[in-house]
Amino acid sequence: MLEIRGLSKSFRSAAGTSVQVLRDINFTVRPGQIAGLVGESGSGKSTVIRCALGLQRPDSGSVSYDGIDVHAARGPQLMRFRREVQPVFQDPYASLNPRMTVERLIDEGLRVHRLLPDAAARRDRVVELLEMVGLDASAMPRHPRAFSGGQRQRIAIARALAIGPRLLICDEPVSALDVSVQAQVINLLQEMQERLNLAILFVAHDLAVVRHICSEVAVLERGVIVESGKSDEVLGTSQYPYTRALLEAVPIADPLEARRRRCARLSVAASPGGNGYE
Amino acid sequence: MVDTPFANAPLVPATNDAAPLLDVRGLSVSFGHGPAAVRLVDNVSFAVGAGERVALVGESGSGKSVTAQALMRLNPHMQVSGVVQIGGCNLVALSDKEMTAERGASIGMVFQDPMSSLDPLMTIGDQVAETLRLRGVSAAAARARALRVLDELRVDRAAERLAAYPHEFSGGMRQRVVIAMALIGEPKVLIADEPTTALDVRVQERVLDLLYSVSKERGLAVLLITHDMGIVAGFADRVMVMYAGRIIEQNDVEPLFASPRHPYTQGLLGAIPRIDQKREQLQSIPGAPPTPFTRPPGCHFNPRCAMAMEICRKDYPAMIETGSARVACHIHGGGHA
Ligand SMILES: Nc1ncnc2c1ncn2[C@@H]1O[C@H](COP(=O)(O)OP(=O)(O)OP(=O)(O)O)[C@@H](O)[C@H]1O
Ligand SMILES: Nc1ncnc2c1ncn2[C@@H]1O[C@H](COP(=O)(O)OP(=O)(O)OP(=O)(O)O)[C@@H](O)[C@H]1O
Ligand SMILES: [Mg+2]
Ligand SMILES: [Mg+2]
Repeated sequence: MLEIRGLSKSFRSAAGTSVQVLRDINFTVRPGQIAGLVGESGSGKSTVIRCALGLQRPDSGSVSYDGIDVHAARGPQLMRFRREVQPVFQDPYASLNPRMTVERLIDEGLRVHRLLPDAAARRDRVVELLEMVGLDASAMPRHPRAFSGGQRQRIAIARALAIGPRLLICDEPVSALDVSVQAQVINLLQEMQERLNLAILFVAHDLAVVRHICSEVAVLERGVIVESGKSDEVLGTSQYPYTRALLEAVPIADPLEARRRRCARLSVAASPGGNGYE
Repeated sequence: MVDTPFANAPLVPATNDAAPLLDVRGLSVSFGHGPAAVRLVDNVSFAVGAGERVALVGESGSGKSVTAQALMRLNPHMQVSGVVQIGGCNLVALSDKEMTAERGASIGMVFQDPMSSLDPLMTIGDQVAETLRLRGVSAAAARARALRVLDELRVDRAAERLAAYPHEFSGGMRQRVVIAMALIGEPKVLIADEPTTALDVRVQERVLDLLYSVSKERGLAVLLITHDMGIVAGFADRVMVMYAGRIIEQNDVEPLFASPRHPYTQGLLGAIPRIDQKREQLQSIPGAPPTPFTRPPGCHFNPRCAMAMEICRKDYPAMIETGSARVACHIHGGGHA
């Protein structure tokens, strides 16, 4: 369904040199599948997403969605891509237009694509979507600034789900959510996947969440995919040092265990050449 | 276990006889006027001592960020009442000008939304160094210091990136830039609102270890707002749980995790996905938290509480203190507030 082949991308750095950010990325999302992309901060996850959405042009390689070449599409093909593939961006503050009410933000896609011409039906749909993400109709007339971080993230998800996409491309969609709301949103995404055969490209740094929701996962390290496969295998039993290091740093909700780990870390760091902060 | 200065340090510092650095009493925050006014934060009291790390947790929309913004008096549309003492000075009573000076000098703040504190047209190096430049530190010295802090926060190729602009940074790098801006002025109090949400676990661990060391070694008082109970377990001495604008439970970190008293805290701890377990459905607390417009009478949690009694639907429970714990719940007795 989504095929990323041989994708490479570099940027010009402030010093004027060229820095390669992605190198020969291959990644596939099949219909009805939730595929994860994980990797440390700065490894290139958001850049993959921007290229997959056609927002950034790769130096080489291709992105195709259901037979559409994303970087060459025009006219009706581009329209279909925009209708069937919906993004949820990493930064919910920047991606929601501050001048629009929540109702407008969520029903915009329905109006643009003329999916629900009847205003009352559109309104019902907005309420339904808000409730699915744990908000309610009282949110509709308000602007994004009157919402908390996690509420904005959920407004962005409701907006993406509004027109019934076939593929959702999400960049850290639940990072600002507490465990309870996070569980609700994850259960919602899984339900949509099962019921509507929704496919999801899920970018996140929380490996526990990724293991829970994704059947397949790829690990990105400095712009290169270093490991990929079934998420239970990659995230459960990987012997790859980078993946293990990521797994070992997942915080454990147990104060005694957490303290033991920190003591071990800081004693290593306190040895000569340590990391004292002054 | 290895013998380190940290290994012997008490997890919970002995009670501080000196006045706490940050002392908040009866803080309430409302928006709007007259009948349209809505109370977002209700009668919140807590204290953070020098070198202490206190976590403020709670569901999305519970009022954590509004509390932080009110402490810093950042939103002119908020009506703030109560007392906020920092080093003996009541911030609520300061003039706007005095408040601005105080903000730069003794309090560092990391916002939940990093982009709101970054100027898109100014280089990262200049933004991080700005606090020091305003204090008259030379450009070269301020730049060297900025580089050092960014290095400590594990920003890759930091020297080269000083000349870059925010849009050239990844989400997690921007978040670290904002932390660097808050730390570089060496504040006494740090208020950090979800400072590591955009970070992968390794960088997150690094950033929290750094904050931990600064707090231990320099006595920085930290109020950490987070929704991640894993972070709380590893970082905080004490935890405050907020629900619908009120603090409903407060305790030292170990007893809070070992024996949460409020049914809401119990639910919060039950909904954590564990990397070492795979469950079919994540457990979530049934229902949704009320909005500031739809808070039910009595205990605000009662419609979602499996243990709710008659009185829970009528009276708001008083805060009861037993040992290190404070809890506002009728199950634990104490009558109404
Ligand atoms: N417009 C740009 N100009 C220059 N460099 C850029 C630009 N966009 C991204 N980069 C660089 O590309 C690298 C990858 O960035 P990207 O945003 O893809 O990372 P990420 O994996 O999403 O990280 P995070 O988890 O922190 O969001 C980083 O080193 C970043 O600084
Ligand atoms: N400027 C505002 N005007 C009106 N209501 C607001 C405003 N800012 C926040 N609120 C409301 O106040 C409540 C508390 O918001 P706050 O941002 O403090 O939540 P939070 O606990 O930080 O949540 P999150 O974990 O999602 O960031 C929310 O219901 C929100 O809708
Ligand atoms: Mg990113
Ligand atoms: Mg918040």
